[in-house]
Amino acid sequence: MASTYAAARRPRAAGRWRRHAWSYAFLVPAALLFGGFSIWPMIASWWYSFFDWDGVGSPTDWVGLDNFREVLGSGDFWDAFWHSFLFSLAALVIELPLALVLAILLNNALLRGRNVYRLALFLPVVTTTAVVGIVFAILFDPVRGVVNTALSDLGLIDSSINFLGSTSTALPTLIGIDIWKGFGITLIYWLAALQTIPKDIHEAALIDGASSRQSLRFVVLPMLIPLAIVILLLVFQRSLNTFDLVQATTQGGPNYATDVVPTYIYRFAFDPFLQAPRYGFACAAGVVFGVMTLLITLLQAPVLRRQYKAGATT
Amino acid sequence: MSTTELVRETPAPVAPAGPDRRNRWYKLRPKLWHLFLIPFCLLWVYPFIWMVSAAFKSQSEMLLGGLSLIPDEWTFENFERAWTTARFGDYTINTVTFSITVVLIVLLASAAAGYALSRPDLPGRKVIVGILIATMFIPHGYTIIPVFLLVSDLGLNNGLLGAALAQAGPALVVPILLFMGFFAGIPRDLEDAARVDGAGYLRTFFRVMLPLSKPVIGTVTLLNFITAWNSFFVPLVFTLGNPDLRTLGVGMYNFFGQEGTDWTGMAAAACISTIPIVVVFLFLQRTFVEGIAGAVKN
Repeated sequence: MASTYAAARRPRAAGRWRRHAWSYAFLVPAALLFGGFSIWPMIASWWYSFFDWDGVGSPTDWVGLDNFREVLGSGDFWDAFWHSFLFSLAALVIELPLALVLAILLNNALLRGRNVYRLALFLPVVTTTAVVGIVFAILFDPVRGVVNTALSDLGLIDSSINFLGSTSTALPTLIGIDIWKGFGITLIYWLAALQTIPKDIHEAALIDGASSRQSLRFVVLPMLIPLAIVILLLVFQRSLNTFDLVQATTQGGPNYATDVVPTYIYRFAFDPFLQAPRYGFACAAGVVFGVMTLLITLLQAPVLRRQYKAGATT
Repeated sequence: MSTTELVRETPAPVAPAGPDRRNRWYKLRPKLWHLFLIPFCLLWVYPFIWMVSAAFKSQSEMLLGGLSLIPDEWTFENFERAWTTARFGDYTINTVTFSITVVLIVLLASAAAGYALSRPDLPGRKVIVGILIATMFIPHGYTIIPVFLLVSDLGLNNGLLGAALAQAGPALVVPILLFMGFFAGIPRDLEDAARVDGAGYLRTFFRVMLPLSKPVIGTVTLLNFITAWNSFFVPLVFTLGNPDLRTLGVGMYNFFGQEGTDWTGMAAAACISTIPIVVVFLFLQRTFVEGIAGAVKN
């Protein structure tokens, strides 16, 4: 097969390329943009990470694997990595199932005003994360913040809680805001997935004597699994790369309690208070993060594939 | 308990009370969900309600605290302060410029590439599509440093064009796939007819194919406009040395860092930053939601 294909192709190759000259010309703008701002950075990150480089001139100070050694040996980096991972984990454990429950509720055609509910839950998605993050920082203010005022008025707390200013509460608070921000989009994913299931199937199950809940559990949910895997990956990726919210509110503080990998990278490369940027080191941190993300995704893959098959056959 | 069980098993004509009650329950049950959904959604949008209310409160009223959402005295002072003193007027212009530039770049590049890739016989098509899909999830944190250095080398740093290019480049994948899918679905006869009529490749694309793809153009424009308007990482990095070019998100970040106690001013600034995009979304929400849903299904 391969040889006949190659034989048939060779004499005409030049003609084929010429015939498609316009098509290739049409690909040039996208190729330049995508090559320059997606492909090249991925390769360049690896290259830069072998240098000790402050961005002045070309990188010349080759340090081999020193940057990687420093990143892997840095407690701060692993703390930041763990926090990034926690953002993702919380999104998977809390946001994903909760959004599914609400999607099932809002998918019910009998429910009046479901478009209004959907709109309300989706509103945070279309707003700027950095801006609403700061609004939340004000709401959670320890002295005059609305949340503390309300909690103490209700008699639930004796002294005010410094939500974003104390090392024990800052991370859970930010994770909560992150879930609030991303919930609407996960809801829309689930609603889209539910719409792909033909109504007849649910109705057929009901006619066959299944209760609504049984039909949901044994018919509808298994059919959701293939799309659920896509949704899971989307949600996982989104939360793993949380940057805007953290940078806008706590910049990783207090005492690095909310530091995530992107803020860690930002600090070593762009922080205005930095004496000299450490591009090589920051790139090494980015590369390690990229590889770890890939590994985590690949680790999930066998489990997900089994689920996918199970879902596809039922 | 046992009586209801009995009633349920008896046929309807004999005991009409049973099925009747059940019917009523079925009608009532979706309504009961409102008891949960209404407070839940109100709490959900509370930050926005607070934001609007605080933007119209006077600074002294804000200092007194309290949970009231209706200002004692309505004032526009906060908006004036945010618009001129905190320069959110300039930031709005920057954000609009930035977002429109991103949308134009994405539309031109992705429509052209999508059209080229919609031809099933194009050599190398599968490889290109494969690369596009494989790089869909590249995080900004991983690529931002080389992107920043590349834009500096091109002499575009500290300009919004550089930031727009950096924002548009990685955002091309989904639009390219959307355009590709759309153009692939158009019968080849149409193109052949155009060619018979003497139209070349360019004319066929601009006069025949592009006007047909209005729905995709709409989705791509809306999705990218909202994403660009809300983006923070890229504009932040590219405006570090040039405060004049800050976008709304970056401006808010600096406002918070410098005047952290001016809550009413920040609430007004937050309104300026979010309300335009929320209005755009409300008018075009169907396109937006369907665009996202379509992207997932594919």
